[in-house]
Parts: sequence; C-alpha cells; structure tokens
Amino acid sequence: LALPPSSPSSPTTGFSVPSAEKVDGFPRRSMRRARQRRSHSSSQFRYQSSQVELTPLPLLKDAPVAELHDLFCKKLQQCCVLFDFLDCVADLKGKEIKRAALNELVESVATSRGVLIEPLYPEAIKMISVNIFRTLPPSENPEFDPEEDEPALEASWPHLQLVYEFFLRFLESPDFQPSLAKRYVDQKFVLQLLELFDSEDPREREYLKTILHRVYGKLLGLRAYIRKQINNIFLRFIYETERFNGVAELLEILGSIINGFALPLKSEHKQFLVRVLIPLHTAKSLSIFHAQLAYCVVQFMEKDATVTEHIIRGLLRYWPKTCTQKEVMFLGEIEEILDVIEPSQFIRVQEPLFKQIAACISSPHFQVAERALYFWNNEYILSLIEENCQVILPLVFGTLYRVSKEHWNQTIISLIYNVLKTFMEMNSKLFDELTASYKVEKQKEVKKERERAELWRNLEDLQERRLQSLTEASRNQKNLQERENTTKSQSETSAANTT
Amino acid sequence: SCSCTVVSKQPLASKMAGADSDDSLYPIAVLIDELRNEDVQLRLNSIKKLSTIALALGVERTRTELLPFLTDTIYDEDEVLLALAEQLGNFTMLVGGPEYVHCLLPPLESLATVEETVVRDKAVESLRKISHEHSPVDLEVHFEPLVKRLASGDWFTSRTSACGLFSVCYPRVSSTVKAEIRQHFRTLCSDDTPMVRRAAASKLGEFAKVLELEYVKSDIISLFTALASDEQDSVRLLAVEAGVSIATLLPQEDLEALVMPTLRQAAEDKSWRVRYMVADKFSDLQKAVGPEITKNDLVPAFQNLLKDCEAEVRAAAANKVKEFCENLPEDSRETIIMTHILPCVKELVSDTNQHVKSALASVIMGLSTILGKDNTIEHLLPLFLAQLKDECPEVRLNIISNLDCVNEVIGIRQLSQSLLPAIVELAEDAKWRVRLAIIEYMPLLAGQLGVEFFDEKLNSLCMAWLVDHVYAIREAATCNLMKLVEKFGAEWAQNTIVPKVLGMANDPNYLHRMTTLFCINALSEVCGQEITTKHMLPVVFKMSNDQVANVRFNVAKSLQKIGPVLDSNCLQTEVKPVLEKLASDQDMDVKYFAQEAISVLSLA
Repeated sequence: LALPPSSPSSPTTGFSVPSAEKVDGFPRRSMRRARQRRSHSSSQFRYQSSQVELTPLPLLKDAPVAELHDLFCKKLQQCCVLFDFLDCVADLKGKEIKRAALNELVESVATSRGVLIEPLYPEAIKMISVNIFRTLPPSENPEFDPEEDEPALEASWPHLQLVYEFFLRFLESPDFQPSLAKRYVDQKFVLQLLELFDSEDPREREYLKTILHRVYGKLLGLRAYIRKQINNIFLRFIYETERFNGVAELLEILGSIINGFALPLKSEHKQFLVRVLIPLHTAKSLSIFHAQLAYCVVQFMEKDATVTEHIIRGLLRYWPKTCTQKEVMFLGEIEEILDVIEPSQFIRVQEPLFKQIAACISSPHFQVAERALYFWNNEYILSLIEENCQVILPLVFGTLYRVSKEHWNQTIISLIYNVLKTFMEMNSKLFDELTASYKVEKQKEVKKERERAELWRNLEDLQERRLQSLTEASRNQKNLQERENTTKSQSETSAANTT
Repeated sequence: SCSCTVVSKQPLASKMAGADSDDSLYPIAVLIDELRNEDVQLRLNSIKKLSTIALALGVERTRTELLPFLTDTIYDEDEVLLALAEQLGNFTMLVGGPEYVHCLLPPLESLATVEETVVRDKAVESLRKISHEHSPVDLEVHFEPLVKRLASGDWFTSRTSACGLFSVCYPRVSSTVKAEIRQHFRTLCSDDTPMVRRAAASKLGEFAKVLELEYVKSDIISLFTALASDEQDSVRLLAVEAGVSIATLLPQEDLEALVMPTLRQAAEDKSWRVRYMVADKFSDLQKAVGPEITKNDLVPAFQNLLKDCEAEVRAAAANKVKEFCENLPEDSRETIIMTHILPCVKELVSDTNQHVKSALASVIMGLSTILGKDNTIEHLLPLFLAQLKDECPEVRLNIISNLDCVNEVIGIRQLSQSLLPAIVELAEDAKWRVRLAIIEYMPLLAGQLGVEFFDEKLNSLCMAWLVDHVYAIREAATCNLMKLVEKFGAEWAQNTIVPKVLGMANDPNYLHRMTTLFCINALSEVCGQEITTKHMLPVVFKMSNDQVANVRFNVAKSLQKIGPVLDSNCLQTEVKPVLEKLASDQDMDVKYFAQEAISVLSLA
C-alpha cells in the first residue's frame, strides 16, 4: 500500500488554515467578522450523570512485569471517564490524572514490546470508542465556510488527542495482531469512525485520516466495507446535504487506495469513478478538496487508460456555467489529465474537449481565457494538438479569430496571437483556408439562425391553430353531450309517461 | 341520437391529430435537430417547448417517433433533463389521452434513475401525476411493473425513486399486487444504502395513509420501529415525521403500545438532530396523540427538550411553546403551564444562546392570551421586560413585533414604561437592519400607543430617521410617515410632520433636500389636494432652482408623481412652466425627467 506524495502527514505537525490571498482587494469575510476561535464540545459529556472521582495509579514503568497487564488494563478503564472541557476549571485534578494516564499508555504501547496481549484488545477498543465516538455538535455557524471561517475546535482536545495518538500507536505497534483486532474493530466501529470525519476540527480529521489509512491497510476484511461507506458519505454529500467537512481527507486516503487497485479494474471501482468521483466535481465547495480529487482522477487514468473518455466526458458534462473560479479549477484538472493522456485516448475526446476549450477562450473572465490559452505552452499538449491539427484547428479557429479582435484584455489578445501563430506554423495551408472561409462560415451561421427562428415561428403558429381547433372540438363535444343528455332525459320522461 | 353517441365518444385528442393535417409536414428530423442543438441553452429552450413540437407532430407520431427518441437519448445536462421530466408530466393529451398515457412511462422511468436529485424528484413528481390518469387495468399492466423494476434496480437512484411511487398505485390495484407492493416497500426499508432507507423513511407516513389499518398495524409499525432505531441518525430523524403520520391513523387505544415507545426513545435520542426533529414536529405530534398521552408523556418530554444541552434543540422547542400550550387540554391547561412549562420558559429567558432567546421572544407574548390578565401581569410581564432589555437586538425586536397579543390582554400601558427605552435603543442601533426593522413596526406601535403618546415620545424618532446616513432607512422613514398619516389623518400631518419635512428643503445637505421631495411624493396623496397645493407645491417649485442637478431632476419626478393630486388649472398655469424650464436645463438627466413628466401629465 504505497503512499502518494500527498500522503497523510504526521498528525503531530499541526495544521494550517488556508489563507488564500484575495485578488479583488476586498477584506476577507472572516476578517470583517473578526470571528474568534470558538471551542466546541460534544453533547456526550452532559449525558454522563454521575462523575467518578479518579485516584492516581502507580506508574506503568514501575510496575513489576507480573502486574503490568493488570495495571495497563486499569489505566484503560480509568481513561473511560469523560470530563467537561467547556468548564475549564472543573475537576482539574481528575483531568490531570487522565492526561497522565493517557500519556503513559501512549508511551508504553509505542515503546515497549509484549504489552499488547489478547485480553487488552477489548479494553483498549472500548476506551477508544467511549472517548472518540460522539454525536458531533451542531455547527455554531450555519453557513460555515471552511475557506473563510475559523473552524470550531474541539474543547476536549487535550484528552482526545492523546486517545487518538494511543489508537494510532496501537495500530502501528509491531505487536498489533489484525486477527485479534478484527473482533472489536468491526463494521459498526468503522462506520462511527467515518462519521467523525465530519468534525470541524482539522486536527481531529488529520488523526482520523492516518488512523483510517492504517485500519484499511491492516484489516483486509474491512476494506470493501470502508470503500462502500465512503461512497455513501460522498453520495450523500453530493446529492443531499452538500456538507461534510472531511471530504479532502477521505479523498486523500482514496488516492492511495486507488494506487493499489489490481488490474483490470473491477467494475465496482469504475462505478466509483464515474458515479461518485466525477459528480463530486459539482460540489459548491470543490475548491477545498479539488487537489485531492484531481489526484484521484489522474490515479485512475494512470491505472487504466480506458477510463479516460469517461473522465473527460464526465467533466465536460459538469462543466461550471456561472462560477469562473471553478472553471479555472476544471481547466487545471484537464491539463493534469492531458499531461498523462495516451494519444489514442486523446483522439476519442478531442472534439468535445476542444469545443469546451474554445468556449473558455471566449470567456469574458480573463483568468478563464488565460488558463485555457496556457495549454498551448505545454509541450506535450502542443504535440497532441499538432498531430491532430486537421481536427482541432477548425474547432477553435473561429473563436480565436473573433476573440483576437474583441477581447477587452490585452494579455489575452497577445496570447491568442501566439496561438494563431503556432497554428500558422503547424499547418499554414489549413490556416489560410480557414481564414479565407471565415466570413462565409459566419454568414452560414447567421442564415441557419434565421431558419431556426422561422421554424419556431411556424411551429408556434401551428400550435395556436391547433389549440383553437381543440377548444372548438371540446365545445362541440360538450354541446353534443348536452344534447344527448336532453334527448335521453326526454325519452326517459316520455317512457315514464307511457307507463 | 345514435350517431351523436358515436361522435361524442371519439377522443378529443384524435381530433387534434386530424385537424390541419396539411401542416403535419415537419419531418421529425428537423425537430429532433432542435432538441439536439449543440448549444445547451438552445437545447433547453427547445425542450421547454416540447409540447409545441408534439402538437406539430400529432399524437400518433409523438407516440411512435418522438417518445422513442426521447427515451433513447437521455444523456444530457441535468438542466435539460429536468425540463424534460417536467414537460412529460403534462403530456397526456399530446400522446392521445388517458388510454395512451402509459407511452410516457419509458422516458420517465429512465429519468427516475439519473443521479441528480432534482431531476429524479421531478420525474417522480410527473410519474405520480400521470399515475392518476391510468385506468386501473393500465396501472397494473404498465405502471406497477415500472415501480417494481425501479424498486429492484441495481443503483440506489432507482430504488430511491421507487419509494415515492408506492403510495400512488397502492389504492387502485388488486389485493395480490397490493401484497407485492407492501413486500417491495418492506425490502427498501432495510436497504443496504442509507440513501434508500432515508427515501423510504421519508415516504413511510405517506404510504401508511393509503394502507388498510390491519397492515398499518402489522407492517408499518415494525418498519417504523426499525427505521427509528437505524444506525444512521439521518434515517432515524426521518422516522420521527412518519411516526406523527402513523399516530394520526391509529385508534387511541393502540397508540401507547405501538408508537409511543419509539417516539419516547426518539425524544431522548443520543443524536441532537433526532431530538431537534422531535421538537420541530412537536405540535403535530401533540395533535396526533391526543390529550391523555400529551398530559402523561409529552409534557415531560417537552420539558426535557426545552432544557436540552444543544441550543438547536432548545430553540426548536422554544418556537413551539405557544402552540403547545394552546393545544393542551383545557381542563388542565393552566396548571400544566404554570407548574411545568413556565419554569422552563423562565430559564430560557436568560439562555446563553441568542437564537434560543429570540425563538422564545417570537412566541412568548402569545402566552398572555392563554393565561389571562392576572397571570400575565404577575408571571409573564417580568419575562417580557427582561427580554425587552436583552443584549441581542433580535430578541427585543421579536418582543416589540408581537405587542398586539399583550395589548389585547393587559393593555400596552403596562409595558410602555419599559417599551420606550427599548424602542429608542433599537432606533439608534448601530446595525441599519435593526433600525429598519423597528421602523417597520412604528405604524403598529402608533396604533396601539395612541396619538398622544406617539407625539410625545416617538415623533422625534421618526423625524430623525429621515436624516439617517443610510438611504434604506431614509426611504423606510418616508414610507413610515405615509402610514402614520393614514392612521392619524391629514390634519395631524399638517400640524406635526409637514412643517418639519418642508423645513428640510433648506438643509445644506442635498441628500436631505431630496428627502423632502421623497416625503412629498409619499404624502401628497394621503394629505390631499389642499395641503399639497397650498403647502407642498411652493416648496417643490422653489427647489427647481436648486444648484444640484439631482435635486432638480427629482423635482421633475415629484411633479410627475403629485400631478394627479392637483387640479388641472394649477397644472396648466403653474406646473407646466416649471417643467418647461427644467426641460431646457443644461443637465441631460434633468431634461430627460422633465420631458417624461410633461408627457405623462399630458402637458405638451
């Protein structure tokens, strides 16, 4: 299970909140709001009715070998007691005892061999479950924007961090035996673990990422289940809620999972690509996880080139219509894809692809146009264009020609001139033909447009007449029915009269 | 009479096809080209006019050529698919009426399986719509098999869509098919994917309504219990709403055994989302279970929700306080409120979360009508006053905006002492939206407090808003004056506000001078011809010489606005010359608006 370059880094290195410079010169929303960092605590604590008083136990390192496991177990049990961290002065003594115990457990499981014996597994997993599994609290900011707002940090982090650290060391210990662990780290456990990825606290998600990665690596029986549940989380995110804080982290794990897929790709995996990864591009918050997503997509292509067409057609289908920021991201991803595309695959998608690229070049937003024109600076892409000049040049020529005369931005105009020059050098004959026929083509388009308008005018006239005759018909029918009813009742009356 | 019967039985739609047969020359290819246009926007336009195309083709060719094309080529942008799904729901007449309506099923079936939720939902909506147009036979032959196919589809999207279709076909099919439908629904309730379980849970109540009571008891209850204890809280919370529907269907004596254990468990669920849902549906739940269960079960549950550890839940419950109290059984209403609800409400007044307080403030005044005068004065008034002094402006606003309830019970005087400082503070709040909100309540307050109190305490505030530095406030203040005049009459206007408004015409700030004009626009009609001609018009004329062009063109606009109030002589002899002068102004905007006024008032 090889890690990708962007593999989960050590969780202890902390985290950084993205602080993208804004180009528009307006102050960032988060600054205007001057939102202070808030602390969150899960509602779990308040559900614990009676608080147990903790008493310090002897140190693990001083314990005689015979008593070590027993003491370890007692410490695990001690760590199952939860504390209220929103009240920062409550039960300081108890908090310190638990903190020290957790530290000892981490230390012991990380450094000494032979500690992890079978009876400790259920106790350890129980301690972990009690501490980390909780219903995440509602977000204090209903429009929480991960790019702009400070995340709410978990108040009980001083303990929670050590519990996660313990879990990680436990999984990474040379003594760790998957065959024993799988009895306790089961599907239900993993499902709850995955739900925690929605935590707003990036430190927590960082730990979860590394931990889930280890679980996936060591507990083979859970792999399919984990993939399926991640699918469900993504589908819910795409089609139902559009909210889930851990998409980037899950994608990062998937990046390395995809890397390990066997060839030929199973249909389950292709389905995941087409029905989950590609639709993820539609999310409003794409910018938060786009790098990880694009990495996964490219991984798929490198595994199996035949998925290329699915990917490109998928991206074209979901191409952003109104969000230029996302359009630039899509163009970036397309370039990453083209960087590794096989020429035979390129031919299959070049037509729709270059129609979209032409549309981007004529975008009034200069960053979009510029990003598309940069493709011509990429040598590999340029070689693909050159090989298929006969197809591509006619697709983009009209746009290039028009935009070179119309665009408001000088940089774009000069970039277009370079592109036109490149094309001229590639195939001067075709270039001249297209230049010569440009006006004729334009006129053809105008004529076609006029014919369309004419067609619709006729259709609408026809509809008008049809609807009229329809109302008439229904009026006639009503009259007929009435007449029929009258005759019927008349005949009934006459029948009654005769009797 | 025999021939009449034959003619009248001929379906309407076939007449449609027969009429104007010389027009049915459009080759389908031309029309399909339009539906395939490369430009999405054009394609979308064409799809939106699909009925036009179908009419042009006639019913027969719509069935044999257009629908197969649509069924085969469903791979497009979601926006196009959405439009298509919607169109097909209204297509019955265009395919030849109810006897052919099943032709619409294949394209809608494909649309019901696509990924995008809005498209799928629209397809299901259209399928539900046309299901009613199927004869019972067609329903069993064509519609129900479609539902079964969707219910056993491979991908979750089709199974999700199926959930919404069971209830429309169930009532009109044979008992064998009914049994099959129940079986399919049962399967989907325990589907592998949470998406489908959510869809099933959200349709459970609707499905229960069309089932025979015996099956509600045998089938639905066990499904409800299972979904309400699902491993995912997103499923459990949807079961709450279903529980409410189911409770309305069952006889009272079965409620305790069949639904209450599950609902009690939901009210104490470990996930706040589920508890929130219970709080949110509390009034419906109360109505569904009736007075006895309300007294024994819901009162303690409601107390717990009002004291919940998550603010979201408390706020949702606080929103329901009034409705819950109102619907309590009359014999014990007051006792329950005083001993069980009011203590919780008192705590919420000083809640740490402003959303909770503001939710409470939006309903708390309603309790006064339920509790009557004495209880209101003794128990509620202190709470109102505390909320009127709350640090959060939204809380104060919510109290003020519901004053009418208290007015009816104890009269507003009891409050006015505390009301005034609260109003003044909101009137000067640093956030303009808060100021805007309080302005909007001024006419209501004026009505309740009376003209004397108003003149003495609030009039100056209303005038101060006219010179606010935010335009939206000045605009609202102008509109407010008009509403006050509607309440207090033209004479009051002439004595109190008109002089102050006209005085602003000499203000050195041109924005304030313009406010005078805006006020005149708003007031001329309610003040009537005499005041307008005698007092306002001279000021407007004087401002036509203002050195700021914006003021001058607003003079032209004002004259156009107040023209209808003036008599024709005044228009001809006084207004016309001023407008003519403005029409030859140096500034082109002034010219433009002067000319517009001249033509609108027909003074040319």
